[in-house]
Amino acid sequence: MGIEGIGASVLRKEDKRFITGKGRYTDDMVVPGMKHAVFVRSPYAHAKIVNIDTSEAEAMPGVIGILNGKQLTEDGIGNLICGWMVHSKDGSPMNMGAWRPLAQDTVRYVGDAVAIVVADTRAQARDAADLVNVEYEELPVVTGVEDALAEGAPQIHPEAKNNLIFDWVLGDEQATADAFSKAAHVVKMDIVNNRLVPNAMEPRAALGVYDAAEDHYTCWTTSQNPHVARLVMSAFYNVAPENKLRVIAPDVGGGFGSKIYIYPEEIVCLWASKRTGVPVKWNCDRTEAFLTDAHGRDHVTHAEMAFDADHHILGLKVETKANLGAYMSLFSSATPTYLYATLLSGQYNIPAIHANVKAIYTNTTPVDAYRGAGRPEATYVMERMMETAARQLGVSPPELRRKNFIRSFPHQTPVIMTYDTGDFEASLNAAMQAIDYAGFASRRAESESRGKKRGIGMSCYIEACGIAPSAAVGSLGAGVGLWESAEVRVNAVGTIEILTGSHSHGQGHETTFAQLVAERFGVGIDSVNIVHGDTDKVQMGMGTYGSRSGAVGMSAIVKALDKVEAKAKKIAAHLMEADEGDIVIENGELKVAGTDKTLPWFQMALAAYTAHNLPSGMEPGLKEGAFYDPSNFTFPAGCYICEVEVDPDTGKTEILNFVAADDFGNIINPMIVEGQVHGGLAQGIGQALLEGCHYDPQTGQLITASYMDYTMPRADDLPSFQISHQTTPCPGNPLGIKGCGEAGAIGSPPAVINAITDAIGTNGLSMPASPQKVWAALHNA
Amino acid sequence: MSRLNAHEKKTVTFKLNGLPVRADAESRMLLSDFIRHEIGLTGTHVGCEHGVCGACTIQVDGAPARACLMLAVQAEGADIRTVEALSPGEGRLSTLQAAFKRHHGLQCGFCTPGILMSLDALISARPDAGRDEVRDHLSGHLCRCTGYVTIVEAALSALDEIRREVKSNV
Repeated sequence: MGIEGIGASVLRKEDKRFITGKGRYTDDMVVPGMKHAVFVRSPYAHAKIVNIDTSEAEAMPGVIGILNGKQLTEDGIGNLICGWMVHSKDGSPMNMGAWRPLAQDTVRYVGDAVAIVVADTRAQARDAADLVNVEYEELPVVTGVEDALAEGAPQIHPEAKNNLIFDWVLGDEQATADAFSKAAHVVKMDIVNNRLVPNAMEPRAALGVYDAAEDHYTCWTTSQNPHVARLVMSAFYNVAPENKLRVIAPDVGGGFGSKIYIYPEEIVCLWASKRTGVPVKWNCDRTEAFLTDAHGRDHVTHAEMAFDADHHILGLKVETKANLGAYMSLFSSATPTYLYATLLSGQYNIPAIHANVKAIYTNTTPVDAYRGAGRPEATYVMERMMETAARQLGVSPPELRRKNFIRSFPHQTPVIMTYDTGDFEASLNAAMQAIDYAGFASRRAESESRGKKRGIGMSCYIEACGIAPSAAVGSLGAGVGLWESAEVRVNAVGTIEILTGSHSHGQGHETTFAQLVAERFGVGIDSVNIVHGDTDKVQMGMGTYGSRSGAVGMSAIVKALDKVEAKAKKIAAHLMEADEGDIVIENGELKVAGTDKTLPWFQMALAAYTAHNLPSGMEPGLKEGAFYDPSNFTFPAGCYICEVEVDPDTGKTEILNFVAADDFGNIINPMIVEGQVHGGLAQGIGQALLEGCHYDPQTGQLITASYMDYTMPRADDLPSFQISHQTTPCPGNPLGIKGCGEAGAIGSPPAVINAITDAIGTNGLSMPASPQKVWAALHNA
Repeated sequence: MSRLNAHEKKTVTFKLNGLPVRADAESRMLLSDFIRHEIGLTGTHVGCEHGVCGACTIQVDGAPARACLMLAVQAEGADIRTVEALSPGEGRLSTLQAAFKRHHGLQCGFCTPGILMSLDALISARPDAGRDEVRDHLSGHLCRCTGYVTIVEAALSALDEIRREVKSNV
């Protein structure tokens, strides 16, 4: 692998700018004449806009312009879209209501944008925004899925009767019913997956610049996928044609899904820049982020699992109500359907599965993909069910799982997915050994002697990453293809630029992508530059989410490197008068195998550009591009085991040990992969123990709208983690990569809750398992 | 005492990373905004503006402080350090910065400047700090990427290195 090649824990190239304060984030950007925007937002969860009076606000110092939804409509700016069509079981298309970037007639959640104020300073814009007098007529509010479906519930969009967006099914209902009719045991559970706020540490921001002379727009924005932002803003929102719109996502301070979507604010800033004639910057404050960043999860599920007398799973029935909030965000329809129910086979051989998902409007913030996106919800259902089944059947949790593991691949599940490879037992064994599962009984006895309750719980997750084969997702309703692109430019002096449609917002692409080149050509990673995040520099790309940058983005780079290598070998063979097939590339040199003839990499590159002596008919230069469309999803899987101790007097849970055994396929940079696992585990443990959104059901106010109210995991809340890898290389892509970005958040919540319920001896516990809830569960048991 | 006007500017004079600063600030302007947008040192980040996330942590007269909980006018006469001052020289990293890189103590880098300033102050004040103290100190910051383990390891590694340096200089 070499010291900088594949498999080496190379230290990150991008770190220096971040640790010296030289990172460049959207809010750091300054352009001449730049002014500041503040949005006027609805304080009501559901209301009619009767009138907007801006006269007092317009008279405030520094105010340049105040714009509203009527003007936006006049200028032809389109509705926000949901990019994935889902059909109900009766074949009807989803009932999507309109989402205007600035609400014109009706506001549907607290935080819905109503107007934008542009002023010389942010403080002046805020002062003026406070004086925009919006007259509202309050409407009845609904925040929960059950209430929203109830007869007589407030109607949020005219298009969605009874607030039902779709009533979707997957799997064979009859086969599942038949399986249940043969069951010796049926395990039933009601499971809630709590609503979360992604909380990237960098708040969203946008800087819109309209150049009247060129009739051209530039948008700096906190995006995980600037090209998709440009595409959507051009094709659907009518901001500008693609050739007149440049989107730049510079350093981005975390995303976790929440920065995939194209939000009203960047559209409105661009439009406002043209309307007011000044560059317009908006920077979100934290409460605004809580109110308007797409939330995650929020499922209410009833699940039943049928077993035969020998404890083999016969079938699974799942009914889920997914809260999509007030509007359908970009991937909101796919998250609780094709990213959720398709993983309900888990790691297990289940002959029949039937899932029904109802997606529902409520007067809450839109809900969309958050780290894991559907797979954490599926894993939580599966692994809570398996643990509960083991307890009810009186068998050990690992043995029940072992008995039902899928052991031969490829494996076709009843819910679309074809698992390509895996070794679930290897991860289970590794995790059990790492945590000394066999020694748990004596540790529990020791805790008991101190008056404490110790528990152990596991979770065997599988997820689908590397989204995704374009034709497959297209057939399931996706509005875009999910390939990735790369361009490799070898400069005349031999240095290399890789242009990628993936976007790094913490994942370390500038290092790992350079490692691919180091591995291939033996050049140092310092001579390789990764270019991303700018639609003017990089060819079309699909961005970073769903752990796709490795499996899809790097595969595109490999394809482009293949082409570069082929041409470089041709040039070298010509110059060294050798056969092309005898050229090998090692340590930055092209060599003729079996001889002492060598040509330094840079001389080959120079020859490509001087073009004085190239093979007959060869074009000068050395630059190749590739698009890679994956042939399948990838299937990272693993086993997490958590050991906790609960203080019965306070209900406080302490995580004593947490082990993760993951199969991510081949790994480029183990240090970075470990970091991804740590971060995912922190978010998953946060969901299990600390985090949760609360809306006031009467008013629709988000109660948990600041860091004083929403509990984020801190250093003293979290343990250290023991991590190991069991590798089955992915057969579907050239690097054998499966992906690692979301596993931690997917696998950990059920492990934690299974451990706590094991400790307290009662199964009825919902996330977050706060001390108050655990204490109540323990004392009501 | 006269009532302050929102738009009235006051001249503020303080030392920033060893250099004198003299500039006008509205009395309501936060020190974090003043440093970022008036002076143009954007290494100090703003994550919550209510003093909880710690991203904007700087050092005021040697002690860590939330720049979003101070007004610029309160900095009058103070000696302020930001993340830009940590590097001991062009192209060089401090022991703590180098440890962050070595231990992968950062991912997106947004919370990092504040954490570095906080830990830099801890190292000066409590060079014999151990794991629990580091975790406790670090719990004044939010990081959404790392899960904190690598930050703790980086801090302990820097502390260890600095203790050994001190010992070898005695």
